[in-house]
Amino acid sequence: MNSMERVMTAIQHKEPDRVPIFHLFSFYGAKELGISIKEYFSKPEYVVEAQLKMRKKYSNDCIYTFFYAPIEIEAFGGEVVYLEEGPPNSGEPFVKMIEDINKIVIPNIHESGPLKKVLETTAMLKKSVGDEVPIIGVVMSPFSLPVMQIGFEKYLELIYFRQDAFNQLMEINQAFCVSWANAQLEAGATAICYFDPLASPTIIEREKYLETGHKIACSTLSKINGATATHLASGVTLPVLNDIITTGSAVLGFSAKDNIEKMKEKSKNRICLLGNLSGINMMNWDKNQARAEVKRVIQGAAKGGGLILSDNHGDIPWQAPEEILLEISEAVKEYGRYPIKDEVK
Amino acid sequence: MKEAHIPVEAFKMALLQIDRIKAAEIFESCYDGDHVFDVLEHLTMGALEEIGRGWEEGDFSLSQVYMSGIICEELIEKYMTIHELVPQKQIKIAIVVLQDHHALGKRIVYSILRASGYDLIDFGQGLSVEEVVEKAMNHNVDVLLISTLMLPSALNVKKVVEALREKKSLIKIIVGGAPFRLDSNLWQRVKADADGKNGTEVTKLIEQLYEGGIQG
Repeated sequence: MNSMERVMTAIQHKEPDRVPIFHLFSFYGAKELGISIKEYFSKPEYVVEAQLKMRKKYSNDCIYTFFYAPIEIEAFGGEVVYLEEGPPNSGEPFVKMIEDINKIVIPNIHESGPLKKVLETTAMLKKSVGDEVPIIGVVMSPFSLPVMQIGFEKYLELIYFRQDAFNQLMEINQAFCVSWANAQLEAGATAICYFDPLASPTIIEREKYLETGHKIACSTLSKINGATATHLASGVTLPVLNDIITTGSAVLGFSAKDNIEKMKEKSKNRICLLGNLSGINMMNWDKNQARAEVKRVIQGAAKGGGLILSDNHGDIPWQAPEEILLEISEAVKEYGRYPIKDEVK
Repeated sequence: MKEAHIPVEAFKMALLQIDRIKAAEIFESCYDGDHVFDVLEHLTMGALEEIGRGWEEGDFSLSQVYMSGIICEELIEKYMTIHELVPQKQIKIAIVVLQDHHALGKRIVYSILRASGYDLIDFGQGLSVEEVVEKAMNHNVDVLLISTLMLPSALNVKKVVEALREKKSLIKIIVGGAPFRLDSNLWQRVKADADGKNGTEVTKLIEQLYEGGIQG
């Protein structure tokens, strides 16, 4: 099986040859090429080169065209702060006052320098890998993007007390999100990962999410012209698992803090799980711990398909050692071959 | 009002429902009886502690923790102004977000500390290691609370601690934020004095310090 066949089989809740593995590398590519993160994202050619190298090196079953979370903020005219050994971060929120929301102009995807780079990267990668490996594009959900646009504190005020302004911002963000997702699909992305950390009950209580972010997700995902995965970026997902299934997403990125057996039970034949290795803990693991973690995920959720093994945040940390990532890949090949053998206790 | 009669549960429910009016009514009813500020402190800290614990256990959301802290802070500030009360706890505390611009965690801890009677200096967010060290030294603080969201920022706490110790500073460093929640030993590796898992825990850690030192 090639990567595309392996992944599609798993998503259809059938057993492929082995559990697919998604190492979700974004800025980690700079480490692979030995250049600074800022330089790395300056040219699509660098990202293409690193993605192809890392696919081979780590037996990766996906290509990941995610640059960094605030790239959308950059398109809106906001600031991005580059770090030496971490993901580029958003600067001061560019919407200073709630009253400024009606001044926001929806970026034109094809006129935004940073977004165009992602589209060029996607097209080049598509040309290179064809249909052998899925290319995963990324969007921030309209519901979660405001944390970087206006800041968390003001955004909570919007959610709880300023319904009109909240709706206005959601309309702007949804229009942007849909056109950004569809542009990536047109450029060659196989599917879109919809990052929605605020959907996690760790951040917003479920009742409020159902009134707000969930409705927005249903409406937004229905306008995206391709398959979608929802990712809560380490946030706990179990209490909203059924809700996310109703949004139409085919895949769900779940947390290292979620109970894997319960996740499997509730998701079986309904949504494919993506996870749930703790990226932040990888820097402390030795090879044995890495293997034990892979075994835990496979034993907990691989039977019958419906599992893609991955980190739980959607972005491999700079500090995760290469040897640990390689060990994870080897362990998936060893323990993840179907049919999955039961662990002898 | 006797401690057992303080309506902590009802106040907590009002906070969780983000019901400012109901929360203010309960607050007022507690103060109206004997005008003792301690009753208000017991009411707010009792409710905030339970809400913080509920968040740790996955029962409540971060937004509820935040909004509860803000409501309590507003109520406490209002009564302090009306009755010309000043914060009684004189320990010098500063709070900052290192490198990141995400200030929600800082704001939660700030509100809860204000609601429990502490005065504290807000250094802001997005500060570099050097800026944090300089401000902490210039203000001569006793306790520095450092909030982070991103892993690189959390790892850079170590540079803050080392720079302060090089300057012979004994400032106690309490850290908080997502990286420290996801990796429970990280606070020790960055040489912090303690890990403040939530606002009420930070309050307790500072109380310990006030009474003779953080055991870290």
